[in-house]
Amino acid sequence: MPEAPPAIEVAHLVKTYGGVTAVSDISFTVAQGEIVGFLGPNGAGKSTTMRILTGYLPATAGSVSICGASVATEPDLIKRRIGYMPENNPLPEDMRVSEYLYFRGRLKEVARRKLGPRIDEVLEICDLKRVRHKIIGQLSKGYRQRVGIAEAILAEPPVIIMDEPTIGLDPHQILIVRDLIASLRGRMAVIISSHILPEIEMTCDRVLIINQGRVVAQGTPAALRKEIFGETTYLLDVNGEPAALPAALAEIDATLAVAEEAAPDAAGFRRVTVKTRREDDLGEAILRTLLAKNLRVRALRRREHTLEDVFLAATRRSWDAVAAPAPTKTP
Amino acid sequence: MKHFPTLLSHETRMLLVSPATYVAATLFLGFMGLIFTKILEIYAGAPQEASPASVYFQLFWLPTCVMVPLLTMKCLAEERRLGTIETLLTTPVTTTEVVLAKFGAAYLLYTLLWGATAGFFWVLSKFSGDARFLDSGPLLGGFLFIAVSGLFFVAIGVFASSLTRNQSVAAIISGVLLGLLILGGNALTDSVWLEQGVLQPAKAVIDYGHVFGHRDDFVRGVVDTRHVLFYLSGTVLALLFSILSVEVKLLHS
Repeated sequence: MPEAPPAIEVAHLVKTYGGVTAVSDISFTVAQGEIVGFLGPNGAGKSTTMRILTGYLPATAGSVSICGASVATEPDLIKRRIGYMPENNPLPEDMRVSEYLYFRGRLKEVARRKLGPRIDEVLEICDLKRVRHKIIGQLSKGYRQRVGIAEAILAEPPVIIMDEPTIGLDPHQILIVRDLIASLRGRMAVIISSHILPEIEMTCDRVLIINQGRVVAQGTPAALRKEIFGETTYLLDVNGEPAALPAALAEIDATLAVAEEAAPDAAGFRRVTVKTRREDDLGEAILRTLLAKNLRVRALRRREHTLEDVFLAATRRSWDAVAAPAPTKTP
Repeated sequence: MKHFPTLLSHETRMLLVSPATYVAATLFLGFMGLIFTKILEIYAGAPQEASPASVYFQLFWLPTCVMVPLLTMKCLAEERRLGTIETLLTTPVTTTEVVLAKFGAAYLLYTLLWGATAGFFWVLSKFSGDARFLDSGPLLGGFLFIAVSGLFFVAIGVFASSLTRNQSVAAIISGVLLGLLILGGNALTDSVWLEQGVLQPAKAVIDYGHVFGHRDDFVRGVVDTRHVLFYLSGTVLALLFSILSVEVKLLHS
């Protein structure tokens, strides 16, 4: 049996506007049923890439396929395979929620007899039943976002593309939207862009970071931490002979070394940052060894790099690469 | 064109819930009612040669230049301003379907409003008890002219709306284009300087597009296929430019 094609396949995608390159040679794939977070600073090319994925904008070069169908050559087919919620979630102001969903359902070719029950279902999923007869222009931001999500999932497409679905929402609403997106896992491939990185980390299987139109990192949050930082960091509050600490640490693991050391506080404890290439937890070993070496430990903590750290490091790394002077040719 | 009926019913409904539609309808019906009353006053004062129906359509251009911009200014400009054109065009619909549906809905309302003024003549014949007031020849000719020319006028309004995100700007562009087409042609037809030999081809073109001349022919009961072709080809051209305008703006969005 032939293997199902990936939900989204992007190869060497380039988009230029009037001489300015918005997207430069981006390649990635999204498997069916996978949730992928699309991260990048403002102006990185996220929205442009998403618009190309939907067929709304043509690419300058490269190829994009949705479930095996090319966006460039089969735009009608791919429009039936995607649910799209654009940035700022534009909605008609003077329609009622249920009317809007009915209209969109008809455009998305949902059979008339199935549309009513399906609208009820998405209203339930998105917790919109209370406002189904309200005019969209009178809804709060949270409800409007949920109407956008309801519209995107209405026709049960295999691919959902959402550009900043949680923008402007309060923490309760973010939680609802996060659970909603997580509930699509396995059924629909979802690609979402957001600036709220903890949300992405909690919701997404994989993360794609782009900067200046290029993919600068991609993988699971854990794999990205390893790729970007490559080390595990421990923070220690220690009191004792300063020279004894490096030797004690080296006894535990050869790669365990002091990276940073602050001045002692009033009680004589110094904040020491220790780094190692070992991924397993060395906390207990550090504690035992230091105590055995007559070094007093007030606090020990393994520092977890957040996705925010990964994002900042990855984007900084790409900026550094761009800013670095080109190697000079020697005659 | 699979989604055209869905889009057309949606657009018609949207026009019916828009306040601008009711402003246009009230202004139009009020103005036409006023014209009709004046005609009745004139006819009551002294006998006239022309039938009331033929006089009634002489001022068609004034409500048209106001009503068409009001009915069409929102159609594409508002979609672009709100960004809903993006969600619309990422469903399996084409730009052509969207533009045609917006044109169809505005045209439907335009003809309905004009059609409603036929009631004036019916009321007159009913209460005067004189069937001559319901002069079917000029009346049918006049309404046929309104229906045929309305295609082009509404298409111009849709085109103006495709050029900008601002409804007011769209209304102004539409009003100016309609004014140039209807009144500009009329002003140039009477110009003596166009009679010069070298300008004869230009004069022929202006005469061909002389809207007032077309109206007079229709009201007299002369349905010239060249006039019909003028409006139909103008409609197709304006709609084609509207579609191109939307697509070009997408490429640069």
